[in-house]
Amino acid sequence: MVAKTYKLFIGGQFPRTESGRYFVATVDGQPIANLCRSSRKDLRNAVVAARGALAGWSARSAFNRSQILYRIGEMMESRFDALVAELRAQGLADAPANREATMAIDRTIYYAGWCDKYQQVLASVNPVASPHFNFSVLEPMGVVCQFAPQDSPLLGLVSMVLPAIVGGNTVVVIASEKSPLSAVTWAEILATSDLPAGVVNILTGFRDELLPHAAGHMDINAMAMDRPTEEQRRAMEIAAAENVKRTRCFDLDWSKPSSQSPYLIQDFSEVKTTWHPIERIGPSGASY
Amino acid sequence: MDTEPQRNRDMAETADRLSSVDVDWSLSPAPESTDHVQFDPSYDLFIDGKFTKSTGRKRFDSINPATEAKICDFAEATAKDVDRAVAAARECYRSTWSRLKPVERGKYLFRIARLIQERARELAVLESLDGGKPIRESRDVDVPLTAAHFFYYAGWADKLEYAFPGRDVRSLGVAGQVIPWNFPLLMAAWKIAPALATGNTVVIKPAETTSLTLMKLAEIFQMAELPAGAVNIVTGHGDVGAMIVNHPDVDKVAFTGSTEVGKLIQRSLAGSGKRLTLELGGKAANIVFADAPLDQAVEGIVNGIYFNQGHVCCAGSRLFVEESVYETVIDRLKQRMETLIVGDPLDKNTDIGAINSRAQLETIQRYLEIGQADGATLYQVPCSVPERGFWCPPTLFTNVAQSHRIAQQEIFGPVLAVQTFRTVDEVIQKANNTPYGLSAGVWTDKGSKIFNITQQMRAGVVWANTYNQFDPASPFGGYKESGFGREGGRHGLAAYLELG
Repeated sequence: MVAKTYKLFIGGQFPRTESGRYFVATVDGQPIANLCRSSRKDLRNAVVAARGALAGWSARSAFNRSQILYRIGEMMESRFDALVAELRAQGLADAPANREATMAIDRTIYYAGWCDKYQQVLASVNPVASPHFNFSVLEPMGVVCQFAPQDSPLLGLVSMVLPAIVGGNTVVVIASEKSPLSAVTWAEILATSDLPAGVVNILTGFRDELLPHAAGHMDINAMAMDRPTEEQRRAMEIAAAENVKRTRCFDLDWSKPSSQSPYLIQDFSEVKTTWHPIERIGPSGASY
Repeated sequence: MDTEPQRNRDMAETADRLSSVDVDWSLSPAPESTDHVQFDPSYDLFIDGKFTKSTGRKRFDSINPATEAKICDFAEATAKDVDRAVAAARECYRSTWSRLKPVERGKYLFRIARLIQERARELAVLESLDGGKPIRESRDVDVPLTAAHFFYYAGWADKLEYAFPGRDVRSLGVAGQVIPWNFPLLMAAWKIAPALATGNTVVIKPAETTSLTLMKLAEIFQMAELPAGAVNIVTGHGDVGAMIVNHPDVDKVAFTGSTEVGKLIQRSLAGSGKRLTLELGGKAANIVFADAPLDQAVEGIVNGIYFNQGHVCCAGSRLFVEESVYETVIDRLKQRMETLIVGDPLDKNTDIGAINSRAQLETIQRYLEIGQADGATLYQVPCSVPERGFWCPPTLFTNVAQSHRIAQQEIFGPVLAVQTFRTVDEVIQKANNTPYGLSAGVWTDKGSKIFNITQQMRAGVVWANTYNQFDPASPFGGYKESGFGREGGRHGLAAYLELG
């Protein structure tokens, strides 16, 4: 048997951490794997990759994004047994591991279907009182940095990342510190799913080490954190003010059906309103 | 017989006669009457449905920026006053407002909208008197939109389940709101109307230079028999705003103002769990392509930067003109600027009124010096302004570089920075290259080009072949450092609701 080397996923590549630092993931005190302990520099590299991928990804057609997300679901299905085995290696019992992997795939299919529909649900044509055509659409916030759930290493991860990329954002996600293996394996799935390089970048490492660097990074537009401690939330929100980042804190049971919705796509979207005059030729003349 | 050649000869003669005498084409003064307008020399705080004395003794004056004469004075609220206002809002929320049938909430808002319409002229005059904006704008823009905002959100009160399908909505509690001096009544409406419609109660602070019309709004709330405590108005300077924002019993904060203060608020609320929306500064690009309807574009440029003396967060303060039409556009723009009438805000012919305060005038003048020191060329229309009061003639800067401070920083005055471009990609890059992202404008007759630009602008509101249009049904708010959250429209409800 060949043991896997767990690496980072930045710009479609699988580099080791530039810092040369590692940490050991354990289950019940027993080591199960060595993981890269990402540094500030790794984070910054990931942001550069995400920024670089943003224009291309957000310009893809909704249909194309949908196809790629569905392809991610297909790839997850084909690796179902490996995903389950890895979840079990991280301490989950058979049934919960099975459920976690199944729901993660279902959630991927769910969001694949939203790509070309959420605009129709969440955008609007606004009946203004003047002769203008006025409409509001959702656009991506830009580069989103997420701290994935600790206790739902696969389902929680996809539940946060997917709505963000459905909305056209690119993501830098810090995997569960406790159970980071599934995130790296998911990265391998993404790398073979036609998802353009840099759309999702995955780091492993320590939340508290990376949090201040991410929250204070001037080229990150939004931050999301699953169940931060009070201190983490405070630290994130203080540093985020530096460039008026949007911040989201989630406290959801990701296994519930209500934890998937287009409102999570909206959480990572800006609303843009566009005005254009309507020519009215008539007694009152033309209006521009 | 009246023949064509004869008519032409007559017209030519008339023209000769007119040019031979010295004709004064300027408009006669047309001042708005003020005799119907009444206000008190002194105002207390509006807490729990009553005008209430402050627990402190400090007061501050509000002056007319066009004459520097004192209008009236206001109470500087203390921490204790803010406590009382928040307690009144909480009590009203608990006992009355959150228990009211939604349709009844809506009726109060409809009534408020009607009363604003009925007292529209009075409100417009006071808004111009206190803030310095031309009566034409307060009469035709500020006040009608204020009423329209209440009218729009009134109708949402009993339809919230349709705004967010699949979700239960709940009100948040007490909203603490701090608003700026550029559109006092309108900003109050943007904040109060959606808050009340969604079942929240309000503590709001107007800016210290423009508190008067909010006191009139308080009278309207009384006339509408709005339950006591549903809206509380406390007056004072920035530290009173900070007391509201940081009050432990406030659930939601909404702020419109500078990016600098917005960041302070975001920081101070960190970890509090309070909901926050920020509508901050801007440095909008107004982009004119060679294929634009140029006369209309010039009107749009003027409206974009000189509307409300440029005291507009979404003002089109950076003009980008395609190089091939640069000379034409600047010539026509300068000609148009010469026709703008600067002066008495209460004169119906006035286009540009008084700068809101001495402090703001000094800020603008500092930027005029900075612009020249950085190497840009200043052009100001030669015009006479009254001796007293705060005035700044319409100004534009040419020879502006992207790195100039006047092209990067928000001036909040009638000062336009003009740059040129050659390609679409270039202008998109330049337009987006600021930390702000509130608004943008684009002028071209080519539809596909419009949609390319409107999609590429990292800004919350994009006007194509128009500028500075506002409507209660139209969501407004920024990208990047221009803040987050939307005001107006269905999207504006989200800031005041918890989705279950």
